[in-house]
Amino acid sequence: MARTRQCGDPAGDDLRYEVALSAARDALATAFREESGRLTASVVRILGDFRTAEEVVQDALLAAWQQWTVDGLPDSPGAWLWTVARRRAIDVLRRDRRLAERTILALPVEQAADDDRLMLIFTCCHPALPIESQVALTLRTVCGLSTAQIASAFLVSETAIVQRLTRARRKISTVGIPYRVPADDDLGERLSGVLAVIYLMFNEGYLCSAAQHPQRRDLAEDADWLAALLARLMPAEPEVLGLLALIRLHRARVRARFDGEGRLVLLRDQDRSRWDHAAIAAAADLVARAAHSGRPGPYQIQAAIVACHAEAASWDETDWLQITLLYDALLEHLPSPVTRLHRAIALSHVLGPHAALDETDSLAGQLDRYHLYHATRAELLRQLGQPAQARLADERALGLTSNRAERALIEQRLA
Amino acid sequence: MKYLLLFCGSAEDAAAFDALTPDELRARYEQVGAWFAEHRARIGATGQLQGPQTATSVRFGPEGPPVVTDGPYLEGKEAIGGYAEIDVADLDEALRMAKAWPGRGSVEIRPVMTSDMR
Repeated sequence: MARTRQCGDPAGDDLRYEVALSAARDALATAFREESGRLTASVVRILGDFRTAEEVVQDALLAAWQQWTVDGLPDSPGAWLWTVARRRAIDVLRRDRRLAERTILALPVEQAADDDRLMLIFTCCHPALPIESQVALTLRTVCGLSTAQIASAFLVSETAIVQRLTRARRKISTVGIPYRVPADDDLGERLSGVLAVIYLMFNEGYLCSAAQHPQRRDLAEDADWLAALLARLMPAEPEVLGLLALIRLHRARVRARFDGEGRLVLLRDQDRSRWDHAAIAAAADLVARAAHSGRPGPYQIQAAIVACHAEAASWDETDWLQITLLYDALLEHLPSPVTRLHRAIALSHVLGPHAALDETDSLAGQLDRYHLYHATRAELLRQLGQPAQARLADERALGLTSNRAERALIEQRLA
Repeated sequence: MKYLLLFCGSAEDAAAFDALTPDELRARYEQVGAWFAEHRARIGATGQLQGPQTATSVRFGPEGPPVVTDGPYLEGKEAIGGYAEIDVADLDEALRMAKAWPGRGSVEIRPVMTSDMR
């Protein structure tokens, strides 16, 4: 592995040195992320106690980070970490009388080859934990983020994150949340919980404009990595592939989502040449691969909808009929008024604004407090030549959202 | 691990229960009986409580003698109607039992503290 500092670096060749340094940092970050979750997973399995395991793992990871950033990656980062963690675990176990000597004997000299991260993921995403703790704990233990990085992603104080994690770990041990992959009859339900955590993580990163918070950690990348890991660990689950494809299809178009000043650009107005078309094609292949299983689900269908948009040459050439049909399928899995609203938008391109407005108006009772409901009505009313009514609807929409990018967009229409 | 399952219900749950026909009521009791029979090996002490209108509470203030009042101390939307102590491997097993509970309403699962947790 490349070392971060090489004595033979030609003096003055700053650029090449910088490139090598940043590549080494990337390699370090990649190895660190892979190994920290694997180490945590193995140690929790052996010690059987989440809190003790965290203590052991923290020390080992800290030592690794300090030494690796100076000396470069060791030949086998996993083995390096395991040796340090094992030594630390023995110290902790000797101190703690509750844990018998035989637990120490159970600590193998070499880390087991099997990947226990799936158990770790299911424990972190247990429904007995509040959803925000599930997200924080997964980021901390599976993705190896520091508490400071998690705090920066959610724009909250580091103290708040530390407390959230402490409460979650305590609940895992006192309440008896098991450390294992759920049994078959629970697996479907629990897997949707895990996927919801990853999608929430993704949205947290994706919905914010980098221009507004340049220092903020982009969780979209962490969610992408986590979904890919889950797809490797559960290759037979089409919904995992669906979520991975959905995340990648969104990310492939991220460069066109905001203009130079951080303003949101609507899909209709985006410069499609700025999309990553290779990434779109690869993600569309994932959707097709998932579809082979013959077990459709909400993430696969949403990914298929986004793929329709991403593969269209222009807004006008979008296959709206296909999208409307996909929304019909999605409604069978997620019968929510918000999904019906999205279907109504697609329908306006198939049957015209009149039919779409009828459909939208039927949602008034459920979506009256939702800004996109009013923004959609405004758009349809404008198409129907009713500017005064459209204005009223846009004003309602403006009063219901605090998202800066979205507000700017509506204000532009009202101006 | 030991857990206490607290069988709770709201006023609406109670009304729905009162509205059951004699046949439905008999069927419900049979289902509850079957649930207890199926999980007998893991169930310890159990009990069914009289309704919340039968409650009397003793409340301790910061000073002075305790005050006796009628009605439940915890005024909530839900009242505890019964309980069962269970001994299972972990929370997932407790959850599986609670999800199979035929009595409707809601089931709260609380771990029972053991000496090594104190």
